[in-house]
Amino acid sequence: MAAKRKTPVKTRNPDLIRGVGKYSRSKMYHKRGLWAIKAKNGGVFPRHDPQPKADAAIEKPPKFYPAEDVKKPLLNKRKPKPTKLRASITPGTVLILLAGRFMGKRVVFLKQLSSGLLLVTGPFKINGVPLRRVNQSYVIATSTKVDVSGVNVEKFDDKYFAKEVPKKKKKSEGEFFEAEKEDKKKLPEDKKEDQKAVDASLLKSIEGVPDLKAYLAARFSLKSGMKPHELVF
Amino acid sequence: MPFKRYVEIGRVALVNYGKDYGKLVVIVDVIDQNRALVDAPDMVRGQMNFKRLTLTDITIDIPRVPKKKTLIEAMEKADVKTKWENSSWGRKLIVQKRRASLNDFDRFKLMLAKIKRAGVVRQELAKLKKENSS
Repeated sequence: MAAKRKTPVKTRNPDLIRGVGKYSRSKMYHKRGLWAIKAKNGGVFPRHDPQPKADAAIEKPPKFYPAEDVKKPLLNKRKPKPTKLRASITPGTVLILLAGRFMGKRVVFLKQLSSGLLLVTGPFKINGVPLRRVNQSYVIATSTKVDVSGVNVEKFDDKYFAKEVPKKKKKSEGEFFEAEKEDKKKLPEDKKEDQKAVDASLLKSIEGVPDLKAYLAARFSLKSGMKPHELVF
Repeated sequence: MPFKRYVEIGRVALVNYGKDYGKLVVIVDVIDQNRALVDAPDMVRGQMNFKRLTLTDITIDIPRVPKKKTLIEAMEKADVKTKWENSSWGRKLIVQKRRASLNDFDRFKLMLAKIKRAGVVRQELAKLKKENSS
């Protein structure tokens, strides 16, 4: 084929309305410079011989034909959209966890990860919630905000939280029972360091607000007379 | 037990149902046995059934169906707003509104304050008991 242009050609024939161009065929002939191309080529429009086709690979007939026609499943080009973050959840918002081990705990929201889950921290020293991922649906966003400007959460993503795959070990008869016992998972030191680093600046901003530390340490619960649909969080 | 609050022109009432729930309005005219023409500085004058109104103790001095300007002036003169906010009924409504708008953090702080106050009261009580018994 002839060399491709870097940018597609803008039509030199603007539309008056859809289907009707401004210039006639003869005017367009002149505008496109076809007369100049012809003149360069001695009065005839240049013609290129078709390029030799590359030899197509020799297709062998298949060894096996299925008895019935096999249906091909329809092509699925769906790309799921990134999870929309509720407008009430911004970095530094205090969230109330509604399910799981830390049900009722009030935690600080840090950022939304690429999988859509929310990265959240206790801080660990205050309420025992470590850096953790949490689903948006299992969370109530309060209107209380903590200053998180001093925290760097760039390095945390979904891969950080992936489970560690244990190396496959060949178990002989005798070692079978011992191997099971030694498998108590210790938290690696660098994860502890990460937790401390994130919490250091958070703790400072939390201690700046009176009662906020005690607030984050306490669990949320519904008491008598509280109507969740009437409560302002 | 005779009635104390009468439907009259100038009676201030509280709307207890509908779009204008919680607003203070002035009865500006009586349409028939069930309805009144009602007006307030921040709403268009319109009719309301008496069942939607709860009469208050406050009345203002206005002619029948006054112009909006005269109504506002009369309300300022009678100082309806301060009278309402100082009345026990008005104060209760203000407190209810404040309690309903409390944040989760506010409710926590309130709980701490209540505990603290109860502690102080209990200390005083214990002190008085000791003095009394000795």
